[in-house]
Amino acid sequence: MLVNRKLILAHFWLAFAVFGVALTLGAWQMFIRSPIGTWLSNPELYYRSLTAHGTVMGYVFPTLVAMAFGYAISESALQQRLVGVRWAWAGFWLIVAGSIMAVIPIALGRASVLYTFYPPLIGNVFYYLGVVLVVVGSWIWVALMSVNLRVWRKANPGAPVPLAMFANVAGSYLWAWTAVGAALELLLQIIPVAAGLKATIDAGLARIFFSWTLHAIVYFWLMPTYIAYYTIVPRAIGGRVYSDSMARIAFILFLVVSMPIGMHHTFADPQVGAGFKFIHSAFTALVALPTLLTVFTICASVEIAARLRGGRGMFGWIGALPWDNPMMLALAFSFVMLGFGGAGGLINMSYQLDASIHNTQWITGHFHLIFGGAIVIMYFAIAYDLWPHLTGRELIDIRLIRTQLWLWFIGMIVTTFPWHWVGILGMPRRMAYFDFGDPAIAPQALSVTLSAIGGFILLASGIMFIVILARGMRAPQIDAGPYRFALAVHQPTTVPVALNTHALWVALMIGLTLTNYGYPILNLALSSGTSVPAVYVGAQ
Amino acid sequence: MSTRDLFTLRNSHFRTGVGITAAILVVTAIAGFIVLPFAQPWVQFAGVWDAICSAAGVPQRAASVTAPEQAKRLSEVVLTSNTLSRPSQEAIGRGATLAQRCAICHGPTGVSRADSPNLAGQYAAVIYKELHDFRSGARTNAVMSPFAVNLTDQEIADLSNYYAYLPRLPAYHPTPQLPKPNIVIYGAPMRGIAPCGACHGSLDNKTGSPWLEGQSEAYMKAQLHAFASGERRNDISQQMRNIARAMTPQEIEQAAAYYASQPPDVVKAVD
Repeated sequence: MLVNRKLILAHFWLAFAVFGVALTLGAWQMFIRSPIGTWLSNPELYYRSLTAHGTVMGYVFPTLVAMAFGYAISESALQQRLVGVRWAWAGFWLIVAGSIMAVIPIALGRASVLYTFYPPLIGNVFYYLGVVLVVVGSWIWVALMSVNLRVWRKANPGAPVPLAMFANVAGSYLWAWTAVGAALELLLQIIPVAAGLKATIDAGLARIFFSWTLHAIVYFWLMPTYIAYYTIVPRAIGGRVYSDSMARIAFILFLVVSMPIGMHHTFADPQVGAGFKFIHSAFTALVALPTLLTVFTICASVEIAARLRGGRGMFGWIGALPWDNPMMLALAFSFVMLGFGGAGGLINMSYQLDASIHNTQWITGHFHLIFGGAIVIMYFAIAYDLWPHLTGRELIDIRLIRTQLWLWFIGMIVTTFPWHWVGILGMPRRMAYFDFGDPAIAPQALSVTLSAIGGFILLASGIMFIVILARGMRAPQIDAGPYRFALAVHQPTTVPVALNTHALWVALMIGLTLTNYGYPILNLALSSGTSVPAVYVGAQ
Repeated sequence: MSTRDLFTLRNSHFRTGVGITAAILVVTAIAGFIVLPFAQPWVQFAGVWDAICSAAGVPQRAASVTAPEQAKRLSEVVLTSNTLSRPSQEAIGRGATLAQRCAICHGPTGVSRADSPNLAGQYAAVIYKELHDFRSGARTNAVMSPFAVNLTDQEIADLSNYYAYLPRLPAYHPTPQLPKPNIVIYGAPMRGIAPCGACHGSLDNKTGSPWLEGQSEAYMKAQLHAFASGERRNDISQQMRNIARAMTPQEIEQAAAYYASQPPDVVKAVD
């Protein structure tokens, strides 16, 4: 029951339009700092582009996808019209306004601070206000998801919340809480300085606040992907979810343990005590658990589909899978990239191993592989799956869709594997250019060139994606039927209250945030002499 | 079961969820705050509480260690990118009057004929910092120190604003422009030397760093040697001393000759 299709399509289209722009900038960045591009005479242009790329890909694009998918889930999983459609549109327009407000200072070169803000670097105040508007717009979505679930619960007391909606609301709560860190950094620290009310800033404290957001935001990006694993893929390939409870436990674990781990981004920072770094490192190890549960459950679900299609033997069933189905293809690609990216992540979260790759190109390679690869390829799959239901038209060109997914997979591997490699060799990140004529780094030229070629493969795939969706808007009309989610082998009839509500897990999430962040934040906030003069972008 | 029954010990999910979470927290805290600090044989703790405070990052000053006495004064100037921005016309006028006493070395138009720095159009923050350092003794020079020692804060600010206001004039004896040496555009990464241009213009400009185009070659060479030997020490956090120490004499020659040969009108318009 998808009623507010226009609302959902508007979110998707805005998401994919800004994605297209940011992807183009990304490919240009790969090119310009590779040996095949000429040196930029003005490195500021690079950081301008990098800020736009990061701001769009980090804040605007995944948030809009999560919102669009969330509205679609709310209507189709709960079988109820979206409550608060006007608010939803208000949220959308806030994001539009915020994006425009942020992009103008970036384009003028007044906010080349990168999407991670990096105080004491301070850009134009409208950049930060724009980001705040985007976040506020998404918080409206968080509230709406909660309200819609509540309305449904009233109408269906005691009934198990459909898995898709349960996970969707978990994702929205995770976002609501994790965005608080960056919001505190912006409102209490950066915006007063950018507005000229203060001239100094506690950069160490700002980095702690940002780490509060920066790691759990990854799991917010991941949520639509995991929801697609559990609730779309098994249905699309003709299987069933192996375990509904296991799925709920995975989402609950994300809620609890993806928050109190962000300080593994600050292992090299002197302002955090080593004890807290260790606790965060240990909890980061725990966050692998829900992913391992998911990989197990989804592989089991896929095996069910294969055996239903006549697959036999210990591994023989793999050949029986519908490999020409784009959803199957996307899942396989996503899992491969998740495997490599996850293995890299285990290195990043280990205190000692991190030292060898901290602030190198390894890190950028890592998050592009996980986010741009494993996560975004499922965003494509979600869009392909939902599109006929949103437009009432068929996506005819399955072959083109398969090519697009293949290209994205190949492009991401070609881009990120050499990227990791040069990181191990010690190439620092956030550099506008490198002198590959220098014998010290000349051997890295080949790897960086390969990476840049991968970037262009990704760009080609991204363009194909947008073309496929655009053509889908004009394809012949069909009746796609109601939008359905995968059923479990044992569909739940009753679910324990702890697995049917979020309160306990949200409480644990907040509790762990207080134990793991409380002291370091208070310590820095209450110490005097920890602020440094702001460095204004563009000032002499 | 309603949500009211969620947060009670009768609920097994509550017991398990909270119990496991708390247990993990306690175990990791004991490991992070007690076991691991003591696992470092090179660090001595007075007791368990001392180890916990250290691992938590409680700011503390070890009582047994006293800060080493500074043999010479260090620079105390605080510069921000807003230092002295938007000067008034009156400040510039007062600066012009004061600058008459500087003209004998730095030239009546701020362009020196005596191997002293050309000040016309130099960044205000740079002149401000150097005058403060000469006054405090963080930087010393037989000729310059007596001029600076009696200046007031207001006079230093006015002088800085005046010289920053003057147009950048071509140097007195410009030589043919030399090509950029490696040290200027690439630095020497293997020796930890950033490119000169990363702070002194041509690539980027950092607050407190002067532009160098058309300055006296002899002066720049002397300053680099003074930084390398530690004779001059008013650079913040030893930035210039670390660089100059790692530079070869040839690189010092090249950098000085290159910058001296550049006309000041190529100074990047960043202000």
